[in-house]
Amino acid sequence: MAKTQKVHVKVNGQKKEAEIEPRLLLAHFIRDVVGLTGTHMGCDTSNCGACTVILDGRPIKSCTYFAVQADGHEILTIEGMMRDGQLHPLQQGFHEEHGLQCGFCTPGMILSAHALLQQNPSPSEDEIRWGISGNLCRCTGYQNIVKAIQNAAAKMQQKGAAA
Amino acid sequence: MIPPQFEYVKPSTISEAIALLQQHGDDAKVLSGGQSLIPMMKLRLARPAWLIDINAVPGLGGIREDGGYLKIGGLVREAELEASALIRAKYPIIHDTARVIADPLVRNLATAGGNLAHGDPANDHPATMIALGAEVVATGSKGTRVIPIDSFFVSIFTTALEPAEILTEIRIPIPPPSSGGAYFKLERKVGDFATAGVAAQVTVDGSGACQRVGIGLTNVGPTPLRAKNAETALRGKKLDNAVIDQAAQLAAAESQPSSDLRGPEEYKRGLVKELTRRALVRALERARR
Amino acid sequence: MIAKTSPEIGGIGHSVKRKEDLRLIQGRGNFVDDVHLPGMVYGHVVRSPFAHARIKGVNIANAMALPGVLAVITGDDLAKAGLAWMPTLFHDKQMVLATGKVLFQAQEVAFVVAEDRYTAADGAELVEVDYEELPVLVDPHRSLDPSSPILREDREEKSNHIFHWEVGDRGETEQAFQRAEVKAHVDAVFQRCHPAPLETCGCVADFNTATGRLTIWLTSQAPHAHRTLFAIVGGIPENNIRVISPDIGGGFGNKVPIYPGYVCAVVASLKLGRPVKWIETRSENLQSTGFARDYHMTAEIAAGRDGKVKALRVKTLADHGAFNAAAQPSKFPAGLFSICTGSYDFQKAFCEVDGVYTNKAPGGIAYRCSFRVTEAAYLIERAMDVLAHDLKTDPAELRLKNFIPSDRFPYQSPLGWSYDSGDYAAAMNRALEMIGYRELRKEQAEKRAKGELMGIGISSFTEIVGAGPAHTFDIAGIKMFDSCEIRVHPTGKAIARFGTKSQGQGHETAFGQIVAQELGIPVADITVEEGDTDTAPYGLGTYASRSTPTAGAAGAMAARKIRDKAKKIAAYLLEASEEDLEWEPGKFSVKGAPGKAKTIQEIAFAAYTDVPPGLEAGLEAVHYYDPPNLTFPFGTYICVVDIDKGTGEIKVRRFVAVDDCGNIINPMIVEGQIHGGLTEGLGIAFMQLIAYDESGNVQGGNFMDYLVPTAVETPHWETDKTCTPSPHHPFGAKGVGESPNVGSPAAFVNAVVDALAHLGVRHIDMPVTPWKVWQILKQKGIAG
Repeated sequence: MAKTQKVHVKVNGQKKEAEIEPRLLLAHFIRDVVGLTGTHMGCDTSNCGACTVILDGRPIKSCTYFAVQADGHEILTIEGMMRDGQLHPLQQGFHEEHGLQCGFCTPGMILSAHALLQQNPSPSEDEIRWGISGNLCRCTGYQNIVKAIQNAAAKMQQKGAAA
Repeated sequence: MIPPQFEYVKPSTISEAIALLQQHGDDAKVLSGGQSLIPMMKLRLARPAWLIDINAVPGLGGIREDGGYLKIGGLVREAELEASALIRAKYPIIHDTARVIADPLVRNLATAGGNLAHGDPANDHPATMIALGAEVVATGSKGTRVIPIDSFFVSIFTTALEPAEILTEIRIPIPPPSSGGAYFKLERKVGDFATAGVAAQVTVDGSGACQRVGIGLTNVGPTPLRAKNAETALRGKKLDNAVIDQAAQLAAAESQPSSDLRGPEEYKRGLVKELTRRALVRALERARR
Repeated sequence: MIAKTSPEIGGIGHSVKRKEDLRLIQGRGNFVDDVHLPGMVYGHVVRSPFAHARIKGVNIANAMALPGVLAVITGDDLAKAGLAWMPTLFHDKQMVLATGKVLFQAQEVAFVVAEDRYTAADGAELVEVDYEELPVLVDPHRSLDPSSPILREDREEKSNHIFHWEVGDRGETEQAFQRAEVKAHVDAVFQRCHPAPLETCGCVADFNTATGRLTIWLTSQAPHAHRTLFAIVGGIPENNIRVISPDIGGGFGNKVPIYPGYVCAVVASLKLGRPVKWIETRSENLQSTGFARDYHMTAEIAAGRDGKVKALRVKTLADHGAFNAAAQPSKFPAGLFSICTGSYDFQKAFCEVDGVYTNKAPGGIAYRCSFRVTEAAYLIERAMDVLAHDLKTDPAELRLKNFIPSDRFPYQSPLGWSYDSGDYAAAMNRALEMIGYRELRKEQAEKRAKGELMGIGISSFTEIVGAGPAHTFDIAGIKMFDSCEIRVHPTGKAIARFGTKSQGQGHETAFGQIVAQELGIPVADITVEEGDTDTAPYGLGTYASRSTPTAGAAGAMAARKIRDKAKKIAAYLLEASEEDLEWEPGKFSVKGAPGKAKTIQEIAFAAYTDVPPGLEAGLEAVHYYDPPNLTFPFGTYICVVDIDKGTGEIKVRRFVAVDDCGNIINPMIVEGQIHGGLTEGLGIAFMQLIAYDESGNVQGGNFMDYLVPTAVETPHWETDKTCTPSPHHPFGAKGVGESPNVGSPAAFVNAVVDALAHLGVRHIDMPVTPWKVWQILKQKGIAG
């Protein structure tokens, strides 16, 4: 066993501490050490985005990042998207617009969309497609994913306006 | 998919980083964005015994104009370049380039410095930096030095950086008025490397004649290339369609593409010609604004 | 006629939002790699770098010496247990772990088991295999050359020829060609591609040494068939095997075969007495699991000068790789390829297919293709366009002229199929209207005059799904019925279990809707389960768009059995005779006395509390449905492309898809299936290829080079439907999952060829890439 290191990572607001090998990919840390299996792995060449998580507010491929690099940083996974037991508008939007079929790409897709809407609350269709271009889907053909994100954006704008 | 074992260290100063690189020599690699290095490690094509993570080293960020240069810190992320209002307004060629590197997720981590330092002829910034006549600032055990872009790319995956040197900044001489540039990349799909890419930067004078020109080529040779013959054919001439076409033809002739899964050599040469033409036309449009 | 139900009941026709969503949008799905068992260890396959080589020796000493490595299984170890080879789904066998020699790059050679997946990967690197390279055969056209190496030394007949299959009347077809005024000919390759579901294949094999029970969590589209095969091959009593197919991240046919990794994991679990997890990487998935297509086809159409088709002649060379691991019904070595007469009224037809071995990954699985129907549909639709081109006729007109008329169904095709129903002209006309065909042709003429390139491609496919009737269909001997078991609880809720297995098609919702339709129980009150062989009734699984035609039908039939019993209970409760009762979804009432009624909920309660004398308690039924025929969904797809002359890039401007799958259970789900299948077709037509160089090295074996479209390349899909119910299906449905993958490649290719047709281009093989287009334009003096 190689020399291990201690890491402290905040995952979905909770502090996690572990003793790990430097080569442990963040995706495996999340799935196997922290035990959150919503982050999926769909490829081995960093091309599919199924492993997307949000690191310090920016979406990244957790398969192309070592867990040791995340020491002292914050991660949001799909499991952290619900607030007070309520589905996030994006989760709701994916359900309403049939934005998922097998569900394997869905966590990564939702997190990319979440980051997109934070940067650009009212994206055009082209901007949405560009924003999720790092996330592959084999089932939906993306059309309903776009609708799902538009659905969520509209709801979040309304809520924002009402606030 | 699983990288081999390595030791990991995250220095908090540049001197520490350099000392570590010196200490471990060939056994060490710099980890900045990691978006090129980590995939290679996962395929076990790269097996550094030591990873020196420079992400905590201060002073390597920032996009600013200073002392006649546009200065881009070595750790500036592609996403920052893509989002930067300054870049979009004054250096659209860099915006063109940053936004087509890999995909949005990769761009949140990948660094402009890494894009040059990795020495991959398929990377996009090199051609643009060639077109802009950029300089690379590197810091090593002997101090800091400036490497002109034309000396920077030595051979495939090999740059002029010494083993214990870190690319700390990219600096671009601020182009004079009536300058414009553009980067055109043809890829098989979003996220791919270029089948071919061309960066063109021009400065025109009052009569519309080309005063300065830089043309860089992506992924059509063992290193990123400068289309010298094309540039020579443009200097001093009025940039009309015939002149541009001739330059495009020359750029195609001096490119060195290989046939591979992205297409046959003949096609890539054809693309160099077409994309050079388009990049020059767009560069000229922008120069005239 | 299907009774309309309220949205609350949510029967057939309602776009009910999906129940399976709730866990998936929260990241709380249960995919195979999410399964975590105490004491679980990890397997990693050692693979051959060579395409054809003798194995001189396997040295596991260094691997075994690595701390954390628990076992290394080799082909020789398996051979001792009689497991080095296993039967394929199609009259052949394949190596589990290589003994003697390897036959394709990435073939499985050894299986390393370690405490964690990282150590397993390190251990795999330490296994030393001594190879002696042999000459490589990668061109299927050379497979039968006397000078080519014989690949399969294990077969009695020393030949690379696997099968010859023919159907139709060769002599009469030949005569029709001799008489023909016009003959059109096309050589079309349907390239080797791969289903590439986003979740790769894998399993957790857990042999409990205390109980002798094997539980396998498996990425399986056919859990029962897999259980039976594991029992037969592994010698474990079938009642001691439980296959659990949990959430599956896409299948598309990739998860129908049994892969060596599964068998190795089972063996390892038996040996170690611990659960063994094996999850392949994407590269392993693309390079070793069931590829699709690789059909090298020639079609000839004999027609009159007026454009009426007379005869079709088809000859195909099928590259099956090193082992024939095709998933096909056992009497059909070329699957249902003989649907290649398509939507057209040919009088005579003849079709022959020869399968050969090469040093490539084994297979020929059905990638969303209903058993070779994609190949057939692509071929006939390309051939019709070539005929139109030769005759200088509009391709839409030519098709309309030759469609099987809507009053000719059931239609007997010259290659032996009885098409159940169809109205091809209706779908075509709707598509033409939606796309604005006439205006587009005008625009094309104007653009051509200016030297601009735009094309319109049509595909009017008919496909054949729902395999299939027991008299003709079986896979590895198991008949292709499917099943449903329904149990209604005292409080009126129900559970329905099916023998199929959704990998994203929405069965948990849509199949609940079938039961809701038949019983009037709200769909929210119906739990649907699939995938656990301990509880679900036996079925052949989900692929070939067969779930709705078979298991869906079984659901309706089981529900009707329940309704029959419910009627008896209602009659008893209402003190009426059964003949005096009428049914509307959810209740029986006395004719003429609507106030005298019993709801299904009241009846369910009575089934446990107040059963009529002589009748058993309970309210449940099981049905195994043997479909009387296949079903024949169809449609017309029209694609418009613009071509960038400078780069050869193809932009899909519009794509209209009009599908007819008979009665639709859930329109929202069907639309989603169409979007997804069209996107797969886009990838196949323009981007995807698994190729091999002369040394047998695979190209396109990972996601860097096997290109899956992103949201940016994927255009907006415009969908619509016509409805021609299946006359033999319990609720007139046909199934639709595969149609978009079947029908769309030809639409895309026809569009690009159409854009270049005025330059004399008649055919371009897929993938139709920008560089291929550019090379054509360069030859014609337009590009470069």
